[in-house]
Amino acid sequence: MGDKNRIMFIQGNEAIAEAAIIAGARFFAGYPITPATEIAEVLAYRMPQVGGVFIQMEDEIASIAAVIGASMAGFKAMTATSGPGFTLMQENIGYAIMVEAPCVVVDVQRGGPSTGLPTLPAQGDVMQSRWGTHGDHPIVVLSPATVQEAFDLTIKAFNISELVRNPVILLTDAVVGHLREKMIITDEGEIEIINRRETKLPPEQYKPCKGGVDFVPDYARPGTGYRYHVTSNVHDEEGFPATYSHKAADELIKRLHKKIDYYRDKLTYYKSYYAEDADVLIITYGCTARSAKDAVKILRDKGVKAGLLQLQTIWPFPYDVVEGYAKKAKLVVVPEMNMGQLIGEIERAIKREALGVNRADGKMISPAEIVGAIKGVLKDG
Amino acid sequence: MVNIKNYLRLNKLPHIWCPGCGNGTVVRALITAIDKLGFKKDEIVVFTGIGCSARTNAILDFNTIQTTHGRTLAFATGFKLMRPEMKVIVITGDGDGAAIGGNHLIHAARRNVDITTILINNSIYGMTGGQYSPLSPQGAYATTAPYGNIEPPFDICELVKAAGATFVGRGTVYHIHLTIDLITKALSHKGFSFVEVISQCPVGYGRRNNMRSPYEMLLWQKEHAIMVKQADKYSKEDLKDKFLIGELWVNHERTEFMDSYNALVKRLSEGMKGGEV
Repeated sequence: MGDKNRIMFIQGNEAIAEAAIIAGARFFAGYPITPATEIAEVLAYRMPQVGGVFIQMEDEIASIAAVIGASMAGFKAMTATSGPGFTLMQENIGYAIMVEAPCVVVDVQRGGPSTGLPTLPAQGDVMQSRWGTHGDHPIVVLSPATVQEAFDLTIKAFNISELVRNPVILLTDAVVGHLREKMIITDEGEIEIINRRETKLPPEQYKPCKGGVDFVPDYARPGTGYRYHVTSNVHDEEGFPATYSHKAADELIKRLHKKIDYYRDKLTYYKSYYAEDADVLIITYGCTARSAKDAVKILRDKGVKAGLLQLQTIWPFPYDVVEGYAKKAKLVVVPEMNMGQLIGEIERAIKREALGVNRADGKMISPAEIVGAIKGVLKDG
Repeated sequence: MVNIKNYLRLNKLPHIWCPGCGNGTVVRALITAIDKLGFKKDEIVVFTGIGCSARTNAILDFNTIQTTHGRTLAFATGFKLMRPEMKVIVITGDGDGAAIGGNHLIHAARRNVDITTILINNSIYGMTGGQYSPLSPQGAYATTAPYGNIEPPFDICELVKAAGATFVGRGTVYHIHLTIDLITKALSHKGFSFVEVISQCPVGYGRRNNMRSPYEMLLWQKEHAIMVKQADKYSKEDLKDKFLIGELWVNHERTEFMDSYNALVKRLSEGMKGGEV
């Protein structure tokens, strides 16, 4: 460990705020909501110190709109919210996807639906993060299980969003958000930071919505001679509405998807723990992965060959990774703090049924519950 | 005379507005004001939302951004705070700005962000086919008010003034020179400036309200507008179905948002030099 490493005892939400600054975020707009508010509080303190702007907007819709405005102006921008606030942001998340404005949206999940369990954790926004906005759109969603991962994945979220010019959702939860634990910030100079690719073409040749070899368009800063139009209507390569062109609609929607596919390897993250030879493979994400890891230890002690696959990227769903790890397993178990959201995707990947362990009452799933569910099935078998 | 064509994306014409629409006149007023002030094209970014008013910016040769319905001022706020050197103009309508966007409008005014908002008030939702808006007169007919509108309208200028805007004016399409003058003043004003332009929609509004031609609608504007400076010459009774036009409110006392923010940053950096964080 180098001298420049910083060791901190820090809350998950604070780690996200700190990571945003290191990733280069210089704009934050937000609206208070539990359990996400600490991110805004830290950034209200930090942004003016680093020459950035913090603003508390009138609601969540305004917050994401301001973030997209700052992004179009050429800056890295973020907002943070929780379930109901995330719902309010959905229309403009779709806008950001359509106009290719990179930004990071943190959703610190709490119990739902509606106002639900305001201060208790949940994992009920898995499908909202994927399909909350209307239309056929690509999205990238990352989910941390520890404070360290919250930090690391926030930096990755900014990098991915700038690389593919798409919003990235950091899907965390009240447990990870409010937990305090040890975190290491490696030498900041050694952290990989990705910035938006700017055009090298002169204004008269520049097409703001024409994808490059990676299907991502180059960016041009407004006010520098590139006077282009931005619209979330279906548009052509020049950026002007092309509502009645089925060809333009087809090309645009497909290109938006292709750019995410192109960078799939660069945005798929996961961790495995005793998963290679596992008869019983637990697949999960977020805070539930912490309990699952303990469950693996307990089961191994009892002679059951259990393992864990922790998904850090949950959208685009890593079908290949899941299929590969699950191949040898006799039993696949999916604990989630919801009534079963990601399990459907997992079953699609493994082409057989998995065992769900679910609760949606605001309590974490304990290692014992996971062990109990598995032992029950193994006995039956 | 200003060369209007110089500021238009000629390959994006013709526009999509109905014959007799007032939007083109407002575009001309904006261009004239910009030309008068000598702003460079690259200094300007024009934001719009959704509706007929939103289609003003696709034909303007500036940086132009069309956003979601009603949220324009929130987008523009984020942009302006990061690029304070650029002139940020928002063009909105009575549905876009006063209904779905009402909350963002009052808060942008309260913050006194240096943005110029032009609200084209044609008393109707034009693009969706003539539904009543929060600025439609009581009693007016609309597709969603087939028996006459029972809701009283806002005085949007009074609302924005009360919320904290530091320049407020109202013009009409008929009083075009006044409108040009108000937009010029608004653009040169530092802080949140707001110009309501009473406009005509003969197709969506006039047709249902005994004003079938643009001429009749312009005549209505002429007959119902009273210059604010002459308002005290009229009795309360005379003013009942009239509206005031001109410069309605100017306040140079309030600090602009970014000035406040920069003062905070300066205070912080001086404090930090002294060893405090």
